[in-house]
Amino acid sequence: MGKSKPSLASRLDALYEFDREPVTENKLQKASNFIGLYSGEHVAGTEFVIGPLFVAHGVAAADLFLGLLIGNLLAVMSWAFICAPIAVKTRLNMYWQARKIAGPGVTFLYNIVNALMFCFLAGSMISVAATAIGLPFNMQMPQLSDLYPNSAQWVIVVFIVGSLVTLLAILGFEKISEFGKIAAPWMFLVFVAAAIAVLPKLGVHSLGDFWRVANDKIWTGIPISGQSKFTIWHITFFAWFANLAMHIGMADMSILRFAPKWQYGFFSAFGMYLGHYVAWIASGILCAAALGSFAPGPIAYLGAGVAGAVCVVVASWTTANPTIYRAGLALQTITPNWSRWKVTLAVGALTTIAAIFPAFMMKLLDFVALYGLLLMPMGAVIFADYWLLPRLGLSSNFAEKHKLIFSWPAATAWLVTLVLAFLIPLEIYFKALPSWFLTVMIFVGASAVEQKIIHKKS
Amino acid sequence: MILLSKLISFSGLVLTLLPAILLFAGKLETTQNYQLMLLGMILWFISAPYWMLKK
Repeated sequence: MGKSKPSLASRLDALYEFDREPVTENKLQKASNFIGLYSGEHVAGTEFVIGPLFVAHGVAAADLFLGLLIGNLLAVMSWAFICAPIAVKTRLNMYWQARKIAGPGVTFLYNIVNALMFCFLAGSMISVAATAIGLPFNMQMPQLSDLYPNSAQWVIVVFIVGSLVTLLAILGFEKISEFGKIAAPWMFLVFVAAAIAVLPKLGVHSLGDFWRVANDKIWTGIPISGQSKFTIWHITFFAWFANLAMHIGMADMSILRFAPKWQYGFFSAFGMYLGHYVAWIASGILCAAALGSFAPGPIAYLGAGVAGAVCVVVASWTTANPTIYRAGLALQTITPNWSRWKVTLAVGALTTIAAIFPAFMMKLLDFVALYGLLLMPMGAVIFADYWLLPRLGLSSNFAEKHKLIFSWPAATAWLVTLVLAFLIPLEIYFKALPSWFLTVMIFVGASAVEQKIIHKKS
Repeated sequence: MILLSKLISFSGLVLTLLPAILLFAGKLETTQNYQLMLLGMILWFISAPYWMLKK
Protein backbone atom coordinates (compact mmCIF):
# COMPACT_ATOMS: atom_id res chain seq x y z
CA MET A 1 0.00 0.00 0.00
CA GLY A 2 1.39 3.41 -0.81
CA LYS A 3 0.41 6.98 -0.29
CA SER A 4 0.28 8.98 -3.50
CA LYS A 5 -0.68 12.58 -4.12
CA PRO A 6 -4.00 13.21 -2.35
CA SER A 7 -4.98 15.61 -5.14
CA LEU A 8 -5.22 12.65 -7.53
CA ALA A 9 -7.78 10.92 -5.30
CA SER A 10 -9.81 14.07 -4.86
CA ARG A 11 -9.80 14.77 -8.62
CA LEU A 12 -10.98 11.25 -9.33
CA ASP A 13 -13.67 11.39 -6.65
CA ALA A 14 -14.90 14.71 -8.00
CA LEU A 15 -15.78 13.05 -11.31
CA TYR A 16 -18.03 10.56 -9.60
CA GLU A 17 -19.27 12.87 -6.86
CA PHE A 18 -22.81 12.67 -8.20
CA ASP A 19 -22.87 8.89 -7.69
CA ARG A 20 -21.16 8.87 -4.31
CA GLU A 21 -24.17 8.06 -2.14
CA PRO A 22 -26.00 4.73 -2.36
CA VAL A 23 -29.19 4.90 -4.42
CA THR A 24 -32.19 5.66 -2.20
CA GLU A 25 -35.57 3.84 -2.23
CA ASN A 26 -37.33 6.62 -4.12
CA LYS A 27 -34.80 6.46 -6.99
CA LEU A 28 -35.38 2.78 -7.80
CA GLN A 29 -36.52 2.12 -11.35
CA LYS A 30 -39.36 0.03 -12.68
CA ALA A 31 -38.94 -3.09 -14.80
CA SER A 32 -39.84 -1.42 -18.12
CA ASN A 33 -36.86 0.95 -17.76
CA PHE A 34 -34.47 -1.98 -17.51
CA ILE A 35 -36.10 -3.75 -20.44
CA GLY A 36 -35.80 -0.59 -22.58
CA LEU A 37 -32.23 0.10 -21.52
CA TYR A 38 -30.91 -3.40 -22.14
CA SER A 39 -32.82 -3.77 -25.42
CA GLY A 40 -31.47 -0.46 -26.74
CA GLU A 41 -27.89 -0.85 -25.54
CA HIS A 42 -27.29 -4.15 -27.29
CA VAL A 43 -28.56 -3.26 -30.76
CA ALA A 44 -25.58 -1.18 -31.86
CA GLY A 45 -23.48 -0.59 -34.97
CA THR A 46 -21.06 -3.33 -33.99
CA GLU A 47 -23.85 -5.92 -34.35
CA PHE A 48 -23.53 -5.35 -38.12
CA VAL A 49 -19.91 -6.56 -37.89
CA ILE A 50 -20.10 -9.45 -35.43
CA GLY A 51 -22.66 -11.54 -37.37
CA PRO A 52 -20.61 -11.39 -40.61
CA LEU A 53 -17.40 -12.23 -38.72
CA PHE A 54 -19.01 -15.46 -37.48
CA VAL A 55 -19.73 -16.29 -41.13
CA ALA A 56 -16.09 -15.55 -42.04
CA HIS A 57 -14.89 -17.85 -39.25
CA GLY A 58 -16.84 -20.72 -40.79
CA VAL A 59 -19.18 -21.58 -37.96
CA ALA A 60 -21.79 -24.23 -38.78
CA ALA A 61 -25.47 -23.22 -38.55
CA ALA A 62 -26.35 -25.57 -35.68
CA ASP A 63 -23.25 -24.49 -33.73
CA LEU A 64 -24.22 -20.84 -34.17
CA PHE A 65 -27.86 -21.18 -33.12
CA LEU A 66 -27.09 -23.42 -30.15
CA GLY A 67 -23.89 -21.61 -29.15
CA LEU A 68 -25.64 -18.26 -29.06
CA LEU A 69 -28.52 -19.73 -27.09
CA ILE A 70 -26.20 -21.13 -24.41
CA GLY A 71 -23.70 -18.25 -24.40
CA ASN A 72 -26.36 -15.59 -24.05
CA LEU A 73 -28.03 -17.60 -21.28
CA LEU A 74 -24.71 -17.69 -19.42
CA ALA A 75 -24.37 -13.93 -19.93
CA VAL A 76 -27.85 -13.30 -18.51
CA MET A 77 -27.07 -15.55 -15.55
CA SER A 78 -23.82 -13.63 -14.98
CA TRP A 79 -25.77 -10.37 -14.79
CA ALA A 80 -28.42 -11.90 -12.52
CA PHE A 81 -26.30 -14.00 -10.16
CA ILE A 82 -22.96 -12.16 -10.09
CA CYS A 83 -23.47 -8.45 -10.80
CA ALA A 84 -27.04 -7.73 -9.65
CA PRO A 85 -26.89 -9.15 -6.08
CA ILE A 86 -23.89 -6.97 -5.13
CA ALA A 87 -25.38 -3.96 -6.96
CA VAL A 88 -28.69 -4.11 -5.05
CA LYS A 89 -27.00 -4.82 -1.69
CA THR A 90 -24.45 -1.99 -1.90
CA ARG A 91 -26.51 0.38 -4.10
CA LEU A 92 -23.15 1.79 -5.28
CA ASN A 93 -21.62 1.92 -8.72
CA MET A 94 -18.53 -0.07 -9.55
CA TYR A 95 -16.15 2.85 -9.09
CA TRP A 96 -17.11 3.44 -5.45
CA GLN A 97 -17.23 -0.24 -4.58
CA ALA A 98 -13.78 -0.82 -6.10
CA ARG A 99 -12.48 2.29 -4.34
CA LYS A 100 -13.53 0.91 -0.95
CA ILE A 101 -11.65 -2.31 -1.64
CA ALA A 102 -8.59 -1.16 -3.54
CA GLY A 103 -8.24 2.57 -2.92
CA PRO A 104 -8.38 5.43 -5.44
CA GLY A 105 -4.87 4.71 -6.80
CA VAL A 106 -6.02 1.40 -8.25
CA THR A 107 -9.31 2.78 -9.57
CA PHE A 108 -7.27 5.52 -11.25
CA LEU A 109 -5.34 2.88 -13.24
CA TYR A 110 -8.58 1.07 -14.02
CA ASN A 111 -10.05 4.32 -15.33
CA ILE A 112 -7.16 4.90 -17.70
CA VAL A 113 -7.31 1.39 -19.16
CA ASN A 114 -11.09 1.65 -19.45
CA ALA A 115 -10.84 5.02 -21.22
CA LEU A 116 -8.34 3.71 -23.78
CA MET A 117 -10.53 0.70 -24.49
CA PHE A 118 -13.52 3.05 -24.89
CA CYS A 119 -11.54 5.05 -27.49
CA PHE A 120 -10.78 1.98 -29.59
CA LEU A 121 -14.36 0.70 -29.26
CA ALA A 122 -15.74 4.07 -30.37
CA GLY A 123 -13.17 4.02 -33.18
CA SER A 124 -14.57 0.76 -34.51
CA MET A 125 -18.07 2.29 -34.46
CA ILE A 126 -16.88 5.30 -36.44
CA SER A 127 -15.37 2.90 -39.00
CA VAL A 128 -18.74 1.13 -39.21
CA ALA A 129 -20.57 4.44 -39.77
CA ALA A 130 -18.01 5.44 -42.44
CA THR A 131 -18.89 2.38 -44.53
CA ALA A 132 -22.46 3.71 -44.79
CA ILE A 133 -21.53 7.39 -45.30
CA GLY A 134 -19.13 6.39 -48.10
CA LEU A 135 -21.84 4.55 -50.06
CA PRO A 136 -23.06 7.51 -52.21
CA PHE A 137 -19.44 8.33 -53.08
CA ASN A 138 -18.65 4.81 -54.34
CA MET A 139 -15.93 4.60 -51.76
CA GLN A 140 -13.72 1.54 -51.89
CA MET A 141 -14.83 -0.48 -48.86
CA PRO A 142 -12.33 -2.07 -46.48
CA GLN A 143 -11.95 -5.82 -46.86
CA LEU A 144 -11.82 -8.42 -44.10
CA SER A 145 -8.03 -8.66 -44.30
CA ASP A 146 -7.43 -4.89 -44.33
CA LEU A 147 -5.60 -3.67 -41.26
CA TYR A 148 -4.54 -0.32 -42.72
CA PRO A 149 -6.60 2.30 -44.63
CA ASN A 150 -7.12 1.18 -48.21
CA SER A 151 -7.73 4.58 -49.89
CA ALA A 152 -7.45 8.32 -49.33
CA GLN A 153 -11.24 8.52 -49.63
CA TRP A 154 -11.64 6.18 -46.63
CA VAL A 155 -9.35 8.38 -44.53
CA ILE A 156 -11.30 11.51 -45.51
CA VAL A 157 -14.72 9.96 -44.76
CA VAL A 158 -13.54 8.58 -41.40
CA PHE A 159 -12.04 11.96 -40.54
CA ILE A 160 -15.33 13.75 -41.32
CA VAL A 161 -17.43 11.22 -39.37
CA GLY A 162 -14.98 11.26 -36.44
CA SER A 163 -14.96 15.06 -36.36
CA LEU A 164 -18.77 15.24 -36.32
CA VAL A 165 -19.10 12.63 -33.60
CA THR A 166 -16.45 14.43 -31.51
CA LEU A 167 -18.13 17.79 -32.01
CA LEU A 168 -21.45 16.38 -30.84
CA ALA A 169 -19.77 14.72 -27.85
CA ILE A 170 -18.29 18.12 -26.91
CA LEU A 171 -21.74 19.68 -27.09
CA GLY A 172 -23.03 17.03 -24.66
CA PHE A 173 -24.30 13.54 -25.01
CA GLU A 174 -27.62 13.50 -23.14
CA LYS A 175 -29.71 14.48 -26.17
CA ILE A 176 -27.94 11.90 -28.30
CA SER A 177 -28.59 9.24 -25.67
CA GLU A 178 -32.28 10.18 -25.84
CA PHE A 179 -32.13 9.91 -29.61
CA GLY A 180 -30.55 6.47 -29.22
CA LYS A 181 -33.45 5.32 -27.05
CA ILE A 182 -35.93 6.54 -29.67
CA ALA A 183 -34.05 4.82 -32.49
CA ALA A 184 -33.69 1.45 -30.72
CA PRO A 185 -37.05 -0.22 -31.62
CA TRP A 186 -36.76 0.96 -35.23
CA MET A 187 -33.14 -0.23 -35.53
CA PHE A 188 -34.02 -3.69 -34.29
CA LEU A 189 -36.80 -4.00 -36.87
CA VAL A 190 -34.44 -2.82 -39.64
CA PHE A 191 -32.07 -5.69 -38.75
CA VAL A 192 -34.91 -8.20 -38.92
CA ALA A 193 -36.54 -6.73 -42.04
CA ALA A 194 -33.26 -6.47 -43.95
CA ALA A 195 -32.49 -10.13 -43.25
CA ILE A 196 -35.98 -11.26 -44.32
CA ALA A 197 -35.74 -9.17 -47.50
CA VAL A 198 -32.54 -10.84 -48.70
CA LEU A 199 -33.63 -14.42 -47.99
CA PRO A 200 -35.04 -14.92 -51.54
CA LYS A 201 -31.63 -13.90 -52.99
CA LEU A 202 -30.14 -16.84 -51.07
CA GLY A 203 -32.78 -19.24 -52.36
CA VAL A 204 -35.15 -19.22 -49.37
CA HIS A 205 -38.69 -19.02 -50.74
CA SER A 206 -40.51 -20.65 -47.84
CA LEU A 207 -39.70 -21.22 -44.18
CA GLY A 208 -39.01 -24.86 -45.01
CA ASP A 209 -36.02 -23.79 -47.16
CA PHE A 210 -34.33 -21.85 -44.39
CA TRP A 211 -32.39 -24.54 -42.56
CA ARG A 212 -31.02 -26.09 -45.77
CA VAL A 213 -29.87 -22.69 -47.09
CA ALA A 214 -28.50 -21.72 -43.67
CA ASN A 215 -26.22 -24.78 -43.78
CA ASP A 216 -25.36 -24.63 -47.49
CA LYS A 217 -24.91 -20.90 -48.10
CA ILE A 218 -24.67 -18.92 -44.86
CA TRP A 219 -23.06 -20.77 -41.95
CA THR A 220 -21.35 -23.41 -44.05
CA GLY A 221 -18.85 -24.64 -41.48
CA ILE A 222 -15.95 -23.61 -43.75
CA PRO A 223 -13.91 -20.54 -42.78
CA ILE A 224 -12.78 -18.17 -45.47
CA SER A 225 -9.09 -18.13 -46.31
CA GLY A 226 -6.92 -16.79 -43.51
CA GLN A 227 -9.58 -17.06 -40.78
CA SER A 228 -9.58 -19.56 -37.92
CA LYS A 229 -12.39 -22.10 -37.64
CA PHE A 230 -15.07 -21.34 -35.03
CA THR A 231 -16.83 -24.15 -33.18
CA ILE A 232 -19.83 -24.13 -30.85
CA TRP A 233 -17.38 -23.41 -28.01
CA HIS A 234 -16.12 -20.23 -29.68
CA ILE A 235 -19.67 -18.99 -30.19
CA THR A 236 -20.74 -19.90 -26.64
CA PHE A 237 -17.77 -18.22 -25.01
CA PHE A 238 -17.86 -15.17 -27.27
CA ALA A 239 -21.58 -14.61 -26.58
CA TRP A 240 -21.03 -15.12 -22.85
CA PHE A 241 -18.05 -12.77 -22.64
CA ALA A 242 -19.01 -10.14 -25.26
CA ASN A 243 -20.04 -7.94 -22.32
CA LEU A 244 -17.63 -9.41 -19.81
CA ALA A 245 -16.64 -6.01 -18.41
CA MET A 246 -20.30 -5.26 -17.80
CA HIS A 247 -21.53 -8.38 -15.96
CA ILE A 248 -18.67 -10.37 -14.39
CA GLY A 249 -16.53 -7.21 -14.59
CA MET A 250 -19.29 -5.44 -12.56
CA ALA A 251 -19.44 -2.22 -14.63
CA ASP A 252 -23.23 -2.65 -14.81
CA MET A 253 -23.48 -2.12 -11.05
CA SER A 254 -24.04 1.49 -12.16
CA ILE A 255 -27.32 0.36 -13.78
CA LEU A 256 -28.45 -2.48 -11.54
CA ARG A 257 -28.01 -0.50 -8.31
CA PHE A 258 -31.30 1.14 -9.34
CA ALA A 259 -33.07 -2.25 -9.40
CA PRO A 260 -35.54 -2.96 -6.57
CA LYS A 261 -34.33 -6.58 -6.41
CA TRP A 262 -31.49 -8.67 -7.85
CA GLN A 263 -33.84 -10.64 -10.11
CA TYR A 264 -33.93 -7.54 -12.35
CA GLY A 265 -30.60 -8.76 -13.70
CA PHE A 266 -32.61 -11.22 -15.76
CA PHE A 267 -33.93 -8.30 -17.84
CA SER A 268 -30.54 -8.33 -19.58
CA ALA A 269 -32.10 -11.22 -21.54
CA PHE A 270 -33.91 -8.62 -23.67
CA GLY A 271 -30.58 -7.18 -24.80
CA MET A 272 -28.95 -10.55 -25.27
CA TYR A 273 -31.67 -12.30 -27.22
CA LEU A 274 -32.72 -9.31 -29.36
CA GLY A 275 -29.25 -7.87 -30.01
CA HIS A 276 -26.86 -10.75 -29.53
CA TYR A 277 -29.09 -13.45 -30.95
CA VAL A 278 -31.54 -12.09 -33.52
CA ALA A 279 -29.37 -9.17 -34.74
CA TRP A 280 -26.19 -11.28 -35.03
CA ILE A 281 -28.07 -13.95 -37.00
CA ALA A 282 -29.67 -11.25 -39.18
CA SER A 283 -26.35 -9.58 -40.01
CA GLY A 284 -24.84 -12.97 -40.85
CA ILE A 285 -27.66 -13.58 -43.34
CA LEU A 286 -27.03 -10.13 -44.86
CA CYS A 287 -23.33 -10.87 -45.24
CA ALA A 288 -24.02 -14.14 -47.07
CA ALA A 289 -26.50 -12.39 -49.39
CA ALA A 290 -23.89 -9.71 -50.10
CA LEU A 291 -21.62 -12.49 -51.37
CA GLY A 292 -19.22 -12.23 -48.51
CA SER A 293 -18.94 -8.45 -48.28
CA PHE A 294 -18.04 -7.51 -44.73
CA ALA A 295 -18.52 -3.73 -44.82
CA PRO A 296 -21.66 -2.97 -42.75
CA GLY A 297 -22.89 -0.07 -44.92
CA PRO A 298 -23.25 -2.01 -48.18
CA ILE A 299 -24.75 -5.10 -46.52
CA ALA A 300 -27.40 -3.05 -44.70
CA TYR A 301 -28.15 -1.13 -47.90
CA LEU A 302 -28.64 -4.39 -49.76
CA GLY A 303 -31.37 -5.46 -47.35
CA ALA A 304 -33.09 -2.18 -46.51
CA GLY A 305 -31.95 0.52 -48.94
CA VAL A 306 -31.46 4.03 -47.56
CA ALA A 307 -33.14 3.03 -44.27
CA GLY A 308 -30.49 0.33 -43.84
CA ALA A 309 -27.61 2.75 -44.45
CA VAL A 310 -29.18 5.26 -42.04
CA CYS A 311 -29.59 2.47 -39.48
CA VAL A 312 -25.85 1.71 -39.66
CA VAL A 313 -25.00 5.38 -39.12
CA VAL A 314 -27.51 5.85 -36.28
CA ALA A 315 -26.56 2.58 -34.58
CA SER A 316 -22.87 3.52 -34.66
CA TRP A 317 -23.25 7.18 -33.86
CA THR A 318 -25.58 6.78 -30.87
CA THR A 319 -23.15 4.31 -29.29
CA ALA A 320 -19.87 6.01 -30.26
CA ASN A 321 -20.99 9.35 -28.88
CA PRO A 322 -21.55 8.48 -25.22
CA THR A 323 -18.52 6.20 -25.40
CA ILE A 324 -16.29 9.15 -26.36
CA TYR A 325 -17.93 11.28 -23.69
CA ARG A 326 -17.30 8.66 -20.99
CA ALA A 327 -13.71 8.14 -22.14
CA GLY A 328 -13.19 11.90 -21.82
CA LEU A 329 -14.66 11.83 -18.33
CA ALA A 330 -12.34 9.02 -17.28
CA LEU A 331 -9.25 10.68 -18.75
CA GLN A 332 -9.99 13.99 -17.07
CA THR A 333 -8.25 12.64 -13.97
CA ILE A 334 -4.84 12.92 -15.66
CA THR A 335 -5.52 16.30 -17.23
CA PRO A 336 -6.89 18.33 -14.30
CA ASN A 337 -6.11 21.71 -15.82
CA TRP A 338 -7.81 20.95 -19.13
CA SER A 339 -11.36 22.04 -19.68
CA ARG A 340 -13.97 19.39 -20.47
CA TRP A 341 -14.10 20.21 -24.18
CA LYS A 342 -10.32 19.93 -24.59
CA VAL A 343 -10.27 16.44 -23.07
CA THR A 344 -13.18 15.33 -25.24
CA LEU A 345 -11.44 16.79 -28.29
CA ALA A 346 -8.26 14.86 -27.48
CA VAL A 347 -10.25 11.65 -26.97
CA GLY A 348 -12.14 12.28 -30.23
CA ALA A 349 -8.86 12.76 -32.08
CA LEU A 350 -7.45 9.50 -30.68
CA THR A 351 -10.71 7.71 -31.54
CA THR A 352 -10.69 9.07 -35.10
CA ILE A 353 -7.08 8.01 -35.62
CA ALA A 354 -8.04 4.51 -34.40
CA ALA A 355 -11.05 4.50 -36.76
CA ILE A 356 -8.82 5.14 -39.77
CA PHE A 357 -7.45 1.64 -39.27
CA PRO A 358 -10.12 -0.89 -40.33
CA ALA A 359 -8.34 -3.44 -38.12
CA PHE A 360 -10.43 -2.37 -35.12
CA MET A 361 -13.60 -3.15 -37.09
CA MET A 362 -12.42 -6.26 -38.91
CA LYS A 363 -10.75 -7.74 -35.81
CA LEU A 364 -13.65 -6.77 -33.58
CA LEU A 365 -14.12 -10.26 -32.12
CA ASP A 366 -10.54 -10.32 -30.80
CA PHE A 367 -10.78 -6.74 -29.59
CA VAL A 368 -14.04 -7.35 -27.70
CA ALA A 369 -12.50 -10.43 -26.03
CA LEU A 370 -9.37 -8.46 -25.07
CA TYR A 371 -11.43 -5.53 -23.74
CA GLY A 372 -13.36 -7.85 -21.43
CA LEU A 373 -10.27 -9.70 -20.29
CA LEU A 374 -8.43 -6.50 -19.34
CA LEU A 375 -11.28 -5.13 -17.21
CA MET A 376 -12.81 -8.31 -15.78
CA PRO A 377 -10.32 -8.83 -12.89
CA MET A 378 -11.65 -5.79 -11.01
CA GLY A 379 -15.10 -7.42 -11.03
CA ALA A 380 -13.60 -10.65 -9.68
CA VAL A 381 -11.96 -8.62 -6.90
CA ILE A 382 -15.32 -7.05 -5.97
CA PHE A 383 -16.97 -10.49 -5.97
CA ALA A 384 -14.27 -12.04 -3.78
CA ASP A 385 -14.21 -9.08 -1.40
CA TYR A 386 -17.97 -9.12 -0.93
CA TRP A 387 -18.70 -12.85 -0.68
CA LEU A 388 -15.47 -14.63 0.23
CA LEU A 389 -13.38 -12.44 2.54
CA PRO A 390 -15.98 -12.23 5.37
CA ARG A 391 -16.45 -16.01 5.25
CA LEU A 392 -12.69 -16.47 5.62
CA GLY A 393 -12.49 -14.17 8.62
CA LEU A 394 -10.98 -11.29 6.63
CA SER A 395 -12.19 -7.69 6.37
CA SER A 396 -14.04 -6.42 3.32
CA ASN A 397 -13.54 -2.87 2.02
CA PHE A 398 -10.05 -2.84 3.53
CA ALA A 399 -8.76 0.26 1.74
CA GLU A 400 -11.66 2.34 3.02
CA LYS A 401 -11.32 1.09 6.60
CA HIS A 402 -7.58 1.80 6.70
CA LYS A 403 -7.65 4.91 4.47
CA LEU A 404 -5.30 3.39 1.92
CA ILE A 405 -4.69 5.19 -1.37
CA PHE A 406 -3.30 2.09 -3.07
CA SER A 407 -4.15 -1.35 -1.70
CA TRP A 408 -1.79 -3.79 -3.37
CA PRO A 409 -3.83 -7.08 -3.26
CA ALA A 410 -6.32 -5.83 -5.87
CA ALA A 411 -3.59 -4.34 -8.07
CA THR A 412 -1.48 -7.50 -7.80
CA ALA A 413 -4.45 -9.74 -8.56
CA TRP A 414 -5.28 -7.65 -11.61
CA LEU A 415 -1.79 -7.39 -13.06
CA VAL A 416 -0.57 -10.92 -12.27
CA THR A 417 -3.80 -12.36 -13.71
CA LEU A 418 -3.29 -10.45 -16.95
CA VAL A 419 0.31 -11.66 -17.28
CA LEU A 420 -0.76 -15.26 -16.59
CA ALA A 421 -3.77 -14.93 -18.90
CA PHE A 422 -1.50 -14.14 -21.82
CA LEU A 423 0.64 -17.16 -20.97
CA ILE A 424 -2.32 -19.57 -20.83
CA PRO A 425 -2.15 -21.55 -24.11
CA LEU A 426 -5.77 -20.90 -25.09
CA GLU A 427 -7.37 -18.71 -27.75
CA ILE A 428 -8.29 -15.27 -26.42
CA TYR A 429 -12.02 -16.12 -26.30
CA PHE A 430 -11.38 -18.81 -23.65
CA LYS A 431 -8.86 -17.03 -21.41
CA ALA A 432 -11.35 -15.12 -19.26
CA LEU A 433 -12.85 -18.08 -17.41
CA PRO A 434 -9.62 -19.46 -15.88
CA SER A 435 -8.47 -15.85 -15.37
CA TRP A 436 -11.48 -15.12 -13.14
CA PHE A 437 -10.54 -17.98 -10.79
CA LEU A 438 -6.90 -16.86 -10.85
CA THR A 439 -7.86 -13.31 -9.85
CA VAL A 440 -10.04 -14.54 -7.00
CA MET A 441 -7.32 -16.84 -5.64
CA ILE A 442 -4.56 -14.21 -5.91
CA PHE A 443 -6.73 -11.51 -4.35
CA VAL A 444 -7.85 -13.66 -1.42
CA GLY A 445 -4.28 -14.83 -0.76
CA ALA A 446 -2.80 -11.33 -1.04
CA SER A 447 -5.56 -9.87 1.15
CA ALA A 448 -4.78 -12.39 3.88
CA VAL A 449 -1.12 -11.32 3.78
CA GLU A 450 -1.90 -7.59 3.66
CA GLN A 451 -4.37 -7.73 6.53
CA LYS A 452 -1.99 -9.79 8.67
CA ILE A 453 0.83 -7.26 8.10
CA ILE A 454 -1.37 -4.25 8.87
CA HIS A 455 -2.88 -5.82 11.98
CA LYS A 456 0.62 -6.70 13.25
CA LYS A 457 1.76 -3.11 12.75
CA SER A 458 -1.22 -1.69 14.59
CA MET B 1 -52.34 14.21 -29.80
CA ILE B 2 -50.23 11.57 -28.10
CA LEU B 3 -52.54 8.86 -29.38
CA LEU B 4 -52.17 10.21 -32.92
CA SER B 5 -48.38 10.33 -32.69
CA LYS B 6 -48.35 6.78 -31.32
CA LEU B 7 -50.46 5.66 -34.26
CA ILE B 8 -48.05 7.31 -36.71
CA SER B 9 -45.10 5.69 -34.92
CA PHE B 10 -46.76 2.29 -35.06
CA SER B 11 -47.43 2.79 -38.80
CA GLY B 12 -43.73 3.63 -39.19
CA LEU B 13 -42.72 0.35 -37.57
CA VAL B 14 -45.23 -1.59 -39.65
CA LEU B 15 -43.79 0.02 -42.81
CA THR B 16 -40.33 -1.01 -41.66
CA LEU B 17 -41.13 -4.70 -41.25
CA LEU B 18 -44.15 -5.55 -43.42
CA PRO B 19 -42.64 -4.68 -46.86
CA ALA B 20 -39.76 -7.11 -46.21
CA ILE B 21 -42.27 -9.87 -45.43
CA LEU B 22 -44.21 -9.03 -48.61
CA LEU B 23 -40.95 -9.07 -50.60
CA PHE B 24 -40.15 -12.48 -49.15
CA ALA B 25 -43.63 -13.65 -50.17
CA GLY B 26 -43.02 -12.36 -53.72
CA LYS B 27 -45.71 -9.67 -53.50
CA LEU B 28 -43.36 -6.68 -53.68
CA GLU B 29 -40.26 -5.57 -55.60
CA THR B 30 -36.95 -4.69 -53.95
CA THR B 31 -37.24 -1.01 -54.91
CA GLN B 32 -40.72 -0.77 -53.40
CA ASN B 33 -39.39 -2.37 -50.23
CA TYR B 34 -36.63 0.25 -50.02
CA GLN B 35 -39.10 3.11 -50.56
CA LEU B 36 -41.60 1.85 -47.99
CA MET B 37 -38.87 1.26 -45.42
CA LEU B 38 -37.66 4.82 -45.98
CA LEU B 39 -41.19 6.10 -45.43
CA GLY B 40 -41.45 3.99 -42.28
CA MET B 41 -38.22 5.50 -41.00
CA ILE B 42 -39.45 9.05 -41.58
CA LEU B 43 -42.79 8.36 -39.87
CA TRP B 44 -41.06 6.80 -36.87
CA PHE B 45 -38.56 9.61 -36.34
CA ILE B 46 -41.05 12.45 -36.73
CA SER B 47 -43.59 10.94 -34.32
CA ALA B 48 -41.75 8.79 -31.74
CA PRO B 49 -39.86 11.63 -29.96
CA TYR B 50 -43.20 13.28 -29.25
CA TRP B 51 -44.48 10.51 -26.98
CA MET B 52 -41.29 8.66 -26.04
CA LEU B 53 -39.69 11.74 -24.46
CA LYS B 54 -42.90 12.80 -22.72
CA LYS B 55 -42.34 12.54 -18.96
